[in-house]
Amino acid sequence: MQGFDVSAILLNPQLAGMLVDGFWVTLIIAVGSWILAMSLGILLLVIRLMPGRIAERAVRVYVSYHSNVPTLVQLMIWYFGIFSLLPSAFQNWLSEHYAEATFAIIGLGLCQAAYFSEDLRSGLRSVVAGQEEAARALGHSYIGTMRYVLLPQAFSNALPALVNHTVSLFKNSTLALAIGAAELTHAVKEVENQSFRTFEAFLIATVVYLACSLILMGIGAWLGQRAKAVGAR
Amino acid sequence: MLSEVYHIIQDDWPLLLIGQYPNGPLGGIAATLLLSVLGISLAFPLGVLVALARISPWLLLRAPATALVYTMRGVPLLVIIFWGYFLVPLLIGRVVPGFVTMVCALVIYEAAFLSEIVRAGIQALPSGQTDAARALGHSHLGAMRYVVLPQALYNMMPSILSQFVSTIKDTTLGYVINVPELTFAANQINNRLLTKPFEVFFLLAVIYYVVCWSLTQLANWLERRIAAKRAGSGGAYRKDLAVQDGQPLPAEL
Repeated sequence: MQGFDVSAILLNPQLAGMLVDGFWVTLIIAVGSWILAMSLGILLLVIRLMPGRIAERAVRVYVSYHSNVPTLVQLMIWYFGIFSLLPSAFQNWLSEHYAEATFAIIGLGLCQAAYFSEDLRSGLRSVVAGQEEAARALGHSYIGTMRYVLLPQAFSNALPALVNHTVSLFKNSTLALAIGAAELTHAVKEVENQSFRTFEAFLIATVVYLACSLILMGIGAWLGQRAKAVGAR
Repeated sequence: MLSEVYHIIQDDWPLLLIGQYPNGPLGGIAATLLLSVLGISLAFPLGVLVALARISPWLLLRAPATALVYTMRGVPLLVIIFWGYFLVPLLIGRVVPGFVTMVCALVIYEAAFLSEIVRAGIQALPSGQTDAARALGHSHLGAMRYVVLPQALYNMMPSILSQFVSTIKDTTLGYVINVPELTFAANQINNRLLTKPFEVFFLLAVIYYVVCWSLTQLANWLERRIAAKRAGSGGAYRKDLAVQDGQPLPAEL
């Protein structure tokens, strides 16, 4: 067995290049699905706030499906199932244009949207009713009340949960490996196969994931403190 | 489409239920549930210990426990599984089946999350409980063992059950290292049929949904029951009695 040597991977341009490429794909999947999840999460919240039972029920079904079926199975439905139902011309086009990463972004984004919308909803519910009444009494319109009074408070209430779910979205980007996307874990396995440095390869992956997650948690804590400071002013 | 799903169930229900058992390893739903039950029940004592270490006054206990929790919260389960995949055989000196690797990975991962639940439960208890136990002559550990933990764990039961649901969902990752569980069985069926991927994975999703949804409902029911109990009305809340006695309405917890 060869001795422990991380630099054998990091200083090898080919192996290091593979890791960097993998990291970029991970970042693209994570950021892309986060944007999709957050916009859809807000949309779901708005739909839920609309009067009428049907909209409320539809969102409940959406959230229930996405939180009770494993994320990996959701990705498989997208990549193996729904992909096969598309017209074949579109299938061919997608296969040539990063189908794995695209479906990973769609699958992860739609799944996490359910969690984000729930976080935002409980954040909004914990804003006391007097806030809305006071804003309306001061002459704000419904939209104005939402925009200037309720949503900012809802966001800061929901912040810890949103940060937690952002971290788990980032971690779940590894699931794209199972549908063949060339993200970081995939690259690490390739590096391992080429260099036979299993321990070093996984150590690098672990450090990278941990560092990114800790940075996300740190940003969350900083935003939380800032929100508290603004609230106390 | 539904008739196709029906045909899949008709042809392959043993594979989905128990895998190739008894002619091969246990698989299907049985293996998924066994993995989750083993994972969470072995993780539970470890989680309580980690939680106690995290709130302990000694830095020597607190620091490694905190490091463990942050590592598990920050590193994807899949990476932990890959670590187990080559570390466990290295540590015990022989090749182990993927099932064992998966149990080891789940235990350490879920223990970190359970410890956060237990810690929250302990810290949510009024500090008067500890003070009173100490005043009655209990040691720190005695107060934990006989006064704090029983209450904290009871209040945390719904969260622990939710973590169990998460564990069931996490076992799907065993597919990546070829552990014969439910997702693996569905992929076997899909590879054999080749033409019905949507139907196969739709069925897979329905099975997971039924299992996880029922357990989530159970967790919600438990939560309401415990909330009612903590509000002091002893199980079911009786409005008529409360009004007669002139008691305040129980707070929504």
